[in-house]
Amino acid sequence: MENLVQDLAVLMPELVLAGSILVLMMYGAFRGDRSTMEISALAVLAILIAGVIVVFQPGTGGLAFHGLVRIDAFTDFMKVLVLAGAALSILMSARFLREERIERFEFPLLVLFATLGMSLMIVANDLISLYVALELQSLALYVLAAFHRDSARSSEAGLKYFVLGSLSSGLLLYGGSLVYGFTGATEFGGIAAVLASDGASIGLIIGLVFMMAGLVFKVSAVPFHMWTPDVYEGSPTPVTAFFAAAPKLAAMALLLRVLLEAFPAVTTQWQQVIIFVSIASMALGAFAAIGQTNIKRLMAYSSIANVGHMLVGLAPGTAKGVEGVLIYLAIYLAMTVGTFVCILAMRRPEGRVESINDLSGLARTQPLLALSLLILMFSLAGIPPLAGFFGKFYVYMAAVEAGLWPLAIIGILTTVVGAYYYIRIVLIIYNGEPAGAFEQPMPSELRLILAGTAAFNVFFVVLASSIIPAAGLAARALVN
Amino acid sequence: MLQTLAFSVFSCVLIASALMVIAARNPVHSVLFLILAFFNAAGLFILLGAEFLALILVIVYVGAVAVLFLFVVMMLDIDFTELRQGFLQYLPIGSVIGLVLMVELIVVLGAWAIAPGAEGQRAALAAPPAEISNTEALGRILYTDYVYLFQLAGLVLLLAMVGAIVLTLRQRTGVRRQNVDEQVARHPAEAVTLRDVKPGQGA
Repeated sequence: MENLVQDLAVLMPELVLAGSILVLMMYGAFRGDRSTMEISALAVLAILIAGVIVVFQPGTGGLAFHGLVRIDAFTDFMKVLVLAGAALSILMSARFLREERIERFEFPLLVLFATLGMSLMIVANDLISLYVALELQSLALYVLAAFHRDSARSSEAGLKYFVLGSLSSGLLLYGGSLVYGFTGATEFGGIAAVLASDGASIGLIIGLVFMMAGLVFKVSAVPFHMWTPDVYEGSPTPVTAFFAAAPKLAAMALLLRVLLEAFPAVTTQWQQVIIFVSIASMALGAFAAIGQTNIKRLMAYSSIANVGHMLVGLAPGTAKGVEGVLIYLAIYLAMTVGTFVCILAMRRPEGRVESINDLSGLARTQPLLALSLLILMFSLAGIPPLAGFFGKFYVYMAAVEAGLWPLAIIGILTTVVGAYYYIRIVLIIYNGEPAGAFEQPMPSELRLILAGTAAFNVFFVVLASSIIPAAGLAARALVN
Repeated sequence: MLQTLAFSVFSCVLIASALMVIAARNPVHSVLFLILAFFNAAGLFILLGAEFLALILVIVYVGAVAVLFLFVVMMLDIDFTELRQGFLQYLPIGSVIGLVLMVELIVVLGAWAIAPGAEGQRAALAAPPAEISNTEALGRILYTDYVYLFQLAGLVLLLAMVGAIVLTLRQRTGVRRQNVDEQVARHPAEAVTLRDVKPGQGA
């Protein structure tokens, strides 16, 4: 009993999320869909409380629930990022739902469910808790993708995501069962101990590759990226923003945790896979985005490329590399959320537009929005001194230090290709013929988020002194 | 003696009803035979001493899955005679594939080797304590060591329910619903009027 109380205290942030889901669900069920705004606000509040608990109750590397859960500086760092992404997505969605007439109180609840799943994914320290948390998150995301159920594209996105996501879960489970069969342990520490003493067998390597295939699907890296453009394009825009921000971070945390905590003994084996996936994602993300005309599709390819760059930092398997990945994740969150706020602002009196050409001449009609988009695009392109540059800088430095300089060079080359389409958007905004203004003024919460993320990208140099040490601490909790 | 008899009865009925599942012409009969097969399989489990598995088989497969099958078969009105057309046409290739699979299985099973240490490992396992039944042992683990996963699975089920409702529930307009508050709040003075109808004039 005492054990249980201690274990529950470790999972306090998740308990807050789970409790608020149950309470808000009852509230929504009795009050109906007109309470969506209140429930959204309360959901954001719950996420903030969970975040405060994470910050003020730092993890010490302790295990809970018989090794199913592990809390340390790494989980704290990732949880703060994921909670921030989720809270911002709910804030962005409230007005959108009302305008699109799909305002239902389940929306913030589903986001909360997904957030809880992601938080539990991050703390998972066992193959079983990993899988259950992943399914909790994925199920909520499938429903969110199809949330605009009267729109054929949204339903298509949900169905595609569901079918392919189930397939990837199957791969993950199959790999997990092989790993369990060949090591006799489901806890990450136990797997690592068996591998360190007995070495790896062929069956274990096959299991590892299957598990990686499942996880790589969740971060949408090549060759498991096919769902991304369709799902991003079809889902309601705030949902796309949520997909791009939070679940990707959680899946990345899971990938780091599994590879570095359970399989450090077979680094040479998974390194090849990660290097291949990284190069393929960077190349495909850079070249396939050039021909896109829909900005949500473009952001899908951009996120594939970004994941490729992040994996450059994972490939060496060093603390330095993980630190780079974590810094990159924080910056990626800010860039992505900011860009999706701009996409949400693309609304004309006749309806929403998503084409890149609709941004034409934006600088003349809405100079501030244009300037923010310019900052975000330059940051995504990796131009110093904006934040995006530092994200790439740290992962490349880690790769070079570990002797993987060809990987870093390919990364820089694909960055140059990627810069082409980001800068093309800026050119369209500043040099194009005005295509007509969007609805003004932007809602205040969108303006606030946009200003915040743009400022983060510009003043990252100043903020770096607080983010980089935190990322370093988190990385050393994972790799020692 | 009694056990052998029970085993023979259960397995004979199981095999016979399993055959009938694929041989019955009427799909509803197939499902009913499937239910019979499940019950007999549960009987075999009880003979093995796996009483928890036997009960779960009955509850989950008979109670939920088979009944679901029955509903689907009854509601979907599939013309099975049409589906069976061309059965003879595909018979040769089907039997060739079946033969290949069987040969492969025989080869695999023939080359089956048991790892040298396996017998020793099996013997080294502690025998299960006699006083604890399967159900109790599973319950002890599930609600203590794995209570976290148990609760998480509950959340996944709740989410599945919410998701299904979000995606499919539609509020229809024009449906008359019972409103208890309104019914209770009605006053006899508004609801009932007394009319004095004269004889021969009531219409």
